[in-house]
Amino acid sequence: MSTTRTPRASASRSRSRSRPDRQAAHRRDLLHGMLRVRRFEERCVELYSEARIRGFMHLCIGEEAVAVGVTEALTADDAVVSTYREHGHALARGVPADAVMAEMFGKVTGCSRGRGGSMHLFDAGRRFYGGNAIVGGGLPLAAGLALADRMTGRPRVTCCFFGDGAFAEGEFHETANLAALWGLPVLFVCENNLYAMGTALSRHQAQTDLALRAAAYGMVSWAVDGMDAAAVEDAARRAVEGVRAGSGPHFLEMRTYRFRAHSMYDSDRYRDKAEIERWRERDPVELLARLMRERGELPDETLTGLEDEVRAEIDDAVRAAEQAPEEPVEDLLTYVTSPPAEVNRP
Amino acid sequence: MTATKTPHADPAERKTTYREALREALRDALRADDRVFLMGEDVGRYGGCFGVSLGLLEEFGPDRIRDTPLSESAFVGAGIGAALGGLRPIVEIMTVNFSLLALDQILNNAATLLHMSGGQLPVPIVIRMTTGAGRQLGAQHSHSLEGWYAHIPGLRVLAPATIADARHLLAPALADPDPVLIFEHGGLYNTSGDLPADAGPVGLGQAAVRRPGTDVSLITYGGSLPKALTAADELAGGGISAEVVDLRSLRPLDDATISDSVARTHHAVVVDEAWRSGSLSAEISARLTEHNFYDLDAPVERVCSAEVPMPYARRLEEAALPQPGTIVAAARRAVGDAPDDGRAD
Amino acid sequence: MAEFTMPSLGADMDEGVLQEWLVAPGDRVGKGDAVAVVETDKAAIEVECFTSGTVGRLLVEPGTRVPVGTPLALIDTAQAPAAQAAEKPTAEARAPGARTTRTRGTGGAGAARKGRAETPAGRAAVHARVRAPKAAAVPEGLPAPEPTEKAAPPPPSAPPSPPPAPAPPSPPSAAGEPAAAVGPLVRHLADGLGVDLGSVHGSGPGGRVTRADVAQAARPAPARRRVTPYARRLARDLGVDLEGVHGTGDGGAVRAADVRAAARAAQAAPERSRPAVPVRARDGGHVPAAEAAAVSGEGARDDGRQREDAMRRAIGELMSRSKREIPHYYLSTVIDLAPAQEWMHRRNRGRPPSARLVTAALLLKAAALAAREVPQLNGHWQDGAFTPGTGVHLGVAVSLRGGGLLTPVIHDADTLTPEDLMATLKDLVRRARQGRLRGSELSGATLTVTSLGEQGVEAVFGVIHPPQVALVGFGAVVERPWAVGGLLGVHPVVTATLSGDHRATDGAIGARYLTAVDRLLHEPGDMPGSTIEERE
Repeated sequence: MSTTRTPRASASRSRSRSRPDRQAAHRRDLLHGMLRVRRFEERCVELYSEARIRGFMHLCIGEEAVAVGVTEALTADDAVVSTYREHGHALARGVPADAVMAEMFGKVTGCSRGRGGSMHLFDAGRRFYGGNAIVGGGLPLAAGLALADRMTGRPRVTCCFFGDGAFAEGEFHETANLAALWGLPVLFVCENNLYAMGTALSRHQAQTDLALRAAAYGMVSWAVDGMDAAAVEDAARRAVEGVRAGSGPHFLEMRTYRFRAHSMYDSDRYRDKAEIERWRERDPVELLARLMRERGELPDETLTGLEDEVRAEIDDAVRAAEQAPEEPVEDLLTYVTSPPAEVNRP
Repeated sequence: MTATKTPHADPAERKTTYREALREALRDALRADDRVFLMGEDVGRYGGCFGVSLGLLEEFGPDRIRDTPLSESAFVGAGIGAALGGLRPIVEIMTVNFSLLALDQILNNAATLLHMSGGQLPVPIVIRMTTGAGRQLGAQHSHSLEGWYAHIPGLRVLAPATIADARHLLAPALADPDPVLIFEHGGLYNTSGDLPADAGPVGLGQAAVRRPGTDVSLITYGGSLPKALTAADELAGGGISAEVVDLRSLRPLDDATISDSVARTHHAVVVDEAWRSGSLSAEISARLTEHNFYDLDAPVERVCSAEVPMPYARRLEEAALPQPGTIVAAARRAVGDAPDDGRAD
Repeated sequence: MAEFTMPSLGADMDEGVLQEWLVAPGDRVGKGDAVAVVETDKAAIEVECFTSGTVGRLLVEPGTRVPVGTPLALIDTAQAPAAQAAEKPTAEARAPGARTTRTRGTGGAGAARKGRAETPAGRAAVHARVRAPKAAAVPEGLPAPEPTEKAAPPPPSAPPSPPPAPAPPSPPSAAGEPAAAVGPLVRHLADGLGVDLGSVHGSGPGGRVTRADVAQAARPAPARRRVTPYARRLARDLGVDLEGVHGTGDGGAVRAADVRAAARAAQAAPERSRPAVPVRARDGGHVPAAEAAAVSGEGARDDGRQREDAMRRAIGELMSRSKREIPHYYLSTVIDLAPAQEWMHRRNRGRPPSARLVTAALLLKAAALAAREVPQLNGHWQDGAFTPGTGVHLGVAVSLRGGGLLTPVIHDADTLTPEDLMATLKDLVRRARQGRLRGSELSGATLTVTSLGEQGVEAVFGVIHPPQVALVGFGAVVERPWAVGGLLGVHPVVTATLSGDHRATDGAIGARYLTAVDRLLHEPGDMPGSTIEERE
């Protein structure tokens, strides 16, 4: 209980010393990051409708502040474990847009060589460990990555994204316990968008205060306004600091909302349209843009410039993905096991 | 990094047990490579549910002999994550029945990450677990589900059946960049015998002919190997020369050794303690028809467990399991009452 | 009696190998029962009979490749009066014996040679078996049976072991009964289902084949005899006919041990008893249709005649095909054998009679070496093109004592010494007559040689065995006035002939071949393999 904080309580502390222009520039970066994710996914909708992207595709439109804000708090050495709604996490983590887009197209230049698709984006070099489409399945993995760091004395943090749905999974509770028990350097980031697919949080959890429940495992826990990129970043920085300092796993409940369907299209029968509209008023991109306008940091040409930059990047990504070769069918069975040369046979 | 030589090796054979051989292998691995650690329920202070890791905590400390909560999914998944993070975890699960609680991690992560990531994320984890019946442990501690795991691409599945394999399969398993599952039959821990001094690391994926023969191939693995060898003795008394093939690797299967044996004997009996339906024995039988159809002089016989959850009562459990007598009977059926004495080919 | 014939199992099927009998004489069979397994180029298929009755004699042994339509078995349809109408005496059975005619012709395909030969050996065989006189019925130009061993042992008295038990003799059934009227719809259905209308029993008015008949004919047959895969393979390797093998396995399945036992029994069996191991033909090889004769020549008496009929029919099919498809040309030359005989005389000096070279071996040697010199005649015509043989594999026409002939193959004949050639030839002839040839010894001929010298004819113009492109004939060695260097003398001469496939070669090539044979026989000592004197 004592470790639980309200979003307000976690408001800016460390950034107050920054010079105003640096803050403005940083806000522009956050806006750029969120716009990039937003426009990328909007393009994905078009491409999916044209059947150029297939399979399941889960969009994070409305949740960009979490991806961008949290990632801001991480260093290149830290690790990220994500879910099947991970386009934003991947892009924010620095996985190139063309590698992500090519993966959607199932091309060999995709970040998983076309074997993963939308739900399984990987980038080992950027320590981005996917892309897990089993709800809760990435949590133990994150604990293990953190365990390896702990056992080898590396001051790294493993950031694990998961949704409110995972709270119903044993893997969350097993992992939360294990991480807290062993003091593992894990940052748990729960993206509470209020729905486990189509089931509202209040319909699948007896106690809906997730941060409170996480605290019960002995972890430092907050609930954060997940629509406010700055608040997200601020909370994440503080949590990462704590984790890195060796005070064990931290838990952030990001209260957020997805504006679109669970997967590409659904009938939204499980939620009220008015609810969606209410949340749209707190659209994280708009929210930040509004703030910047109020502060005079976002002249129209700046926004246009950001949009142009983002559009050009996405155009290039789509073009490259279209032109990229497919993995030859002969290579169907590669990557099932490691190449024989790597298998040390006595 | 991994050791290939045991510091305890005596110049000559010496007496040991399957359990001790496993422990020595663990000790060797832990000494040879500081990335290696053992994790599981009661592996530390308790010494392992079956006593395999007894004494290792004292030597290697609680960080590397790591007791876990009863959270199979979390600690197996953590093992996978640790492997991704550069360590070489050995995760022990008490029994194969319990491993079902970690099946998500084993199948959806360990077996698939390399592929899903387009080759970026090999998972060098070793998962050991006990399997099999014969100790009156009832229906939730006695099953042989290794065949399920052998179904999964991306996994390597081993079943050491001899003291030498218990001693020497771990090192190559740890050296393998991909996930390796090791199934230790509970009935084997107490078996004692000689550990040949010249036994060395075993090539993964290789079956072994434990006893050469000419009339029928008894194809088996794990806890059924001693039974098959006993059956072979009995068959020899009746003039039937049985070859006993120990699969050792359940995935991949050593097709060459299996096929070669049956090509010579023309009769095959698959002995598998798992249930018959949809089993590893079914897979081997199918492969024999694929590879050895024109070598077969009789239908492939299978000796499997009765299709019941394992009963507790001793007589019932014995009746449910393959036994030397049932193996002998199957072999006799395979070769016929008058064994073929011709060796024209 | 009705005939069960080799069915057409597909639009492109001309012949099939009878792989296995699923019934034995005396078995009751019903319309639609599977009675045999036939191996086509594509698959082994269980074939059913379309009449009900009792299985009479099996006319063709397993392992035999026969053309579509060849009678395979007789079925006594006494219980099925509808089928009785099919019975009628065959033309062959009533054909009168023809007189031996000496023919020396060089005419084209149009030149009619009506001569038919009933060979002395053939007659002896017929008499020995107390059969009704029967025409050898050699198709036009086909080399008649030619016993290479002059002193053939008298035909054995053929105890009927192992089964089938003899059935009462009955007149051979019709070979080519006119097809009942078949409507286009039925024909279309039959085509689609791969059903040979000729073998469908018509149940409609006047024996008309109905759609139901075709559907019935196409229905899959019930389970066949149980033979383990290994036993089947072993039987093929050891040349054991599974038909006669007693199965000791589960449900009577034949197992490897049973096959080995049968093979041992066959080896131990005396020459005169019917071999339990009949000839097997390997699929894939081009085996003459006359291989129908691969049936044991010493079989039960009552079977023999049916087999001969089948053989005649098979020979007829192949020869008809040859004459239909191959534009033959014929060449002939008379060769002075004096130098060859002189050489042979020297070579045979001091040898026991059994080891002495005979002229036939030398002729074969020359024929083989000439084929090496003129490779255009040595090979196969396939898919509109000539494929040269990979070696010189001489098919040698061998008469069977029961009538008919086989052409076992001497592989790489050009590399053998005359002595080895002679030994091989003797062995092949002996085993051909015992029905103990291996499949490989019946396939792969690249050129066939027929020799009728011992039957007294001076020249033979043979019919080419498709897909080969030539056939070499040798007549009798006769003494004739012969001039050498202006001096007239009496010389032994032989007439060598060549039948050539005009699609593959022209007469000039054929002439080169006969000239080569002539030259080789003039210098027998120069023939490779013939220079070592007095080999023992």
